[in-house]
Amino acid sequence: MTEWLVDSGLGLALLLLAAATLYAPRLYTSVVFFMGFGLLMAIVWARLGAADLALAEAAIGAGLTGVLLMGALREHPPRTERAPRPRSLLWAALLPLAVLPLLVEAILPLSGGAQPLPAQVDAQLAYSGVSHPVTAVLLNFRSWDTLLELLVVLFALLGTRQLALSSRHPHPPWPLLLAWCRWLAPLAFLLGAYLLWRGAKAPGGAFQAGALWASAIVMLRLNGLLPTVSWRDWRLRLPALLGVTVFVLLAVATWLWGAGWLVWPPGAAKALILLVELAASVGIAITLALLVMGEDRELRP
Amino acid sequence: MSQTLFYLLVGAGLWLLGLHGLLCLRQPLRRIMAVNIMGSGVFMVMLALAVRPDSPDPVLQALIVTGLVVAASATALALRLASADRDRAQKTAEEGE
Repeated sequence: MTEWLVDSGLGLALLLLAAATLYAPRLYTSVVFFMGFGLLMAIVWARLGAADLALAEAAIGAGLTGVLLMGALREHPPRTERAPRPRSLLWAALLPLAVLPLLVEAILPLSGGAQPLPAQVDAQLAYSGVSHPVTAVLLNFRSWDTLLELLVVLFALLGTRQLALSSRHPHPPWPLLLAWCRWLAPLAFLLGAYLLWRGAKAPGGAFQAGALWASAIVMLRLNGLLPTVSWRDWRLRLPALLGVTVFVLLAVATWLWGAGWLVWPPGAAKALILLVELAASVGIAITLALLVMGEDRELRP
Repeated sequence: MSQTLFYLLVGAGLWLLGLHGLLCLRQPLRRIMAVNIMGSGVFMVMLALAVRPDSPDPVLQALIVTGLVVAASATALALRLASADRDRAQKTAEEGE
């Protein structure tokens, strides 16, 4: 009974926060609701037992996306906004209502379907080099996905650079914030390193670590404790490319001299996965930080 | 109703709410948030399926981790596009005056 109460409370709160995000009268309120929504999502996922995802969602979904939205808020003055008319709200409800039965019909059978994949992962886990199944899937069984994902993040960064126009001057920081930031940033770095190390055996790993490091960099930069972070600086560009480079080099090596593209040799799997994770987390941290801060004033013609 | 089923429905609900927002909201920031909420709904459905007590599925969980990072990068790009568009609109308006 209590379980059920907790679940229904969380589910309803999620839906309410989502609605509040969309229809709050002020844009600022909306963005704050959205960050709350992300955090609540993380709590729900932790409750469902997916600690990996809860960590990633709290750091990326709520944290970094929140910073991005807050930054964008400054460039979008709220007065340009018109509230949607009640009639258009009603009309727009027609399509979702029509889709609802289809969606329910599509989703319901899924909850009882047979699943061959978990058993396959369990059977191969001993040969993967790590003992946490999610890490094994991310960096061994489906490392192609992870490689391509690193490329997507890099492309997103290159894409934002084509549109570079933000000239965000961080506000002069508030003394208490500065003191707090000096405590929090090293802790975030330490926690990221811990997550990276634990990733082989327990929830955690390259993405969570990278996201935490990125948020530490963003925090330091927003408080003016770091010099300008820019893609132009080769000291940042090299580590940003590190993850993809190491990954691709290893893939080519396994393709030429090993069993095939991204097939780790069983004996060396643990060491290779650790290497890739380390490189990928550094790459993700720098790329995400650049994506969020992205100061490219010098690119303007 | 089982826990899995309940969270499947919450996921579907989030997706539909996001769709409604996308259809009727005009402000670019809100639309980007609406797309993000739709994405969260999809992740919720995937996760509800991934953590079924009889067969937890690491493949789906790994896919969601990948998806989260991709969604954040897409949001960053979308926000930059939105502000670029706004800047251009402002510039044309100024030139028109």
